[in-house]
Amino acid sequence: MPRYTPPEQSKAGQIFDIAVVVVAIFVALWLPLKMGLAGAAKSIDALDAKTWEALGQNPTMASIWEKLGYTPETAHDVIQNRFHYVIDWPTLIIMAAVLIGYFVFLFRASDREYRDVIKEKFDDK
Amino acid sequence: MTVTAESAGTAVNGDRVSLLRVLGPAHVWALGVGIVLVGEFTGWNFSADKGGALAALIVCWIVGLLYTSVAMIDSEVTSTVAAAGGQYAQAKHIVGPLMAFNVALFLVFAYTMLEVSDAILLGDTIVAKAGVEGLTHNSFIAATIVVLAWLNYRGVLMTLNVNFVITAIAYISIVILFFSVSPWTQGAVLKLNELVTPNNALPYGWIGVIAAFQFGIWYYLGIEGTTQAAEEVRSPARSLPYGTMAGMITLLIAAAMTWYVCASLMPWEYLGITYYPLWDAGKLTGSPLLENLLFVATLLAALASANGCINDAARAWFSLGRDRYLPSWFSAVHPKYRTPYRSILFLLPIALAFAFIADLNQAITFSILSGVLQYTFMSINIMMFRKKWPLGTIRRGYTHPFHPLPAIVLFCLCVVTYFAIFLGFGSQLIAMTIFYFLISVWFHFYRYKFVRRGDQFTMPWPKPQGY
Repeated sequence: MPRYTPPEQSKAGQIFDIAVVVVAIFVALWLPLKMGLAGAAKSIDALDAKTWEALGQNPTMASIWEKLGYTPETAHDVIQNRFHYVIDWPTLIIMAAVLIGYFVFLFRASDREYRDVIKEKFDDK
Repeated sequence: MTVTAESAGTAVNGDRVSLLRVLGPAHVWALGVGIVLVGEFTGWNFSADKGGALAALIVCWIVGLLYTSVAMIDSEVTSTVAAAGGQYAQAKHIVGPLMAFNVALFLVFAYTMLEVSDAILLGDTIVAKAGVEGLTHNSFIAATIVVLAWLNYRGVLMTLNVNFVITAIAYISIVILFFSVSPWTQGAVLKLNELVTPNNALPYGWIGVIAAFQFGIWYYLGIEGTTQAAEEVRSPARSLPYGTMAGMITLLIAAAMTWYVCASLMPWEYLGITYYPLWDAGKLTGSPLLENLLFVATLLAALASANGCINDAARAWFSLGRDRYLPSWFSAVHPKYRTPYRSILFLLPIALAFAFIADLNQAITFSILSGVLQYTFMSINIMMFRKKWPLGTIRRGYTHPFHPLPAIVLFCLCVVTYFAIFLGFGSQLIAMTIFYFLISVWFHFYRYKFVRRGDQFTMPWPKPQGY
């Protein structure tokens, strides 16, 4: 197998590749933020009676909330802002498929590249 | 014999300039613990939000097991493949170029987003302390990121000496807080049995415990960053396992003390949302001295972490340039300071931009996602390493015990963590994975043509078995 000689990349090509990576990073990190896909999926379970008892706080807890500057009214949205763990099976299956597909591609494509590396390193001597 | 990879190349007056070998085990400890310790000052407590106070404790220990596996596996591979880029260099020699490219991106994203989280924490802490209306965190964030980037630009020894000092102060503050609140008695200052009751210990049940894994990662995320210093330590085979294991023990102790004090001082609903659990704990003791100590320690922990993250992310990026996975322009070493200065400067605006557009738990989640993808790779990587070069075929600096148990434990805990991220942050995980997939396609079908094939394998090892 002849030794692989990579093409020389022009300066413009290098700048273009840097731009591609920068854009990809920003899209990957910024887009979920912009589309509201990032962050916790929580919602407030509102209560009519806003008292420490109704909020499930015993006297010790209530005294600490007050020490931290909260009243039952201001603590309500903190205490009642909850996760609702309902397993959305289609989303879970999509997530699993995306992850498995990604890793399968990664290992298979890496292995193909790795065989070339090993061949050139060890078989051409 | 442990052999290190070829160092980087910038030619000055005909001489080849490489990264400088000046670090010892204490610097490795400072790099690892410095990056991670901020997790005790913020972030871990969001696991209480996802599952309750008891869930935060359960994941503290179980995720501790995950990271003990990471440290064991990493010590074996890194003490054998001692090259800048850490896990990147491991992937390149064991799995293949595309995996190496991805691992480097995991590292860069995990550390850059961790740096962003640190800067946001620092800015928010100062703003909260100042209590001045209209004061925003932006100027503090910008100053933090720019000054630390400059420090990293100027040299690795000074960077990690600074890290050692500020990490030690932050760590000692946790110990001081712990012993100041009479941890052996309940009722005087600590009120664990009144704050964590049978009714509220696991408010979401066991699914909350699983969900809490996501932020449980934050107790220890980044300890594997010790390997990034592989080309700059004087004795990689000794310093890296020693520094990493010592760091892990340090962190397990700090995590347990932090949970105990915080869960005994504030209700889980508040603990789950505060940005500064240890500073709040200091305030709730009623001691101005402790309050101020924990305020300063929070700032120092954030600084140490951001400092180490800049160091690690830049080295991973530098390694990509050196192997031409990215334009080789990034592989330059500063002729005077011997640092990967172009990589440091390139990542600076990216960190700044995200520090201004993301909030703290979003930045933390970005970092955790990249971390968990990397740990999944590590569990498979060690299996392949042992299969391609069984014990006895190459000299290892350290051989981890009980193989393959740590790898299996690590893999299983990664699967649980993916499910935990799905519970509340699933869309973010899918979006990130799609990004990694698309950039992998770009690399495999386009960028890889610029890479020299055989030159990527720099270890003087025999041919791997099965090839």
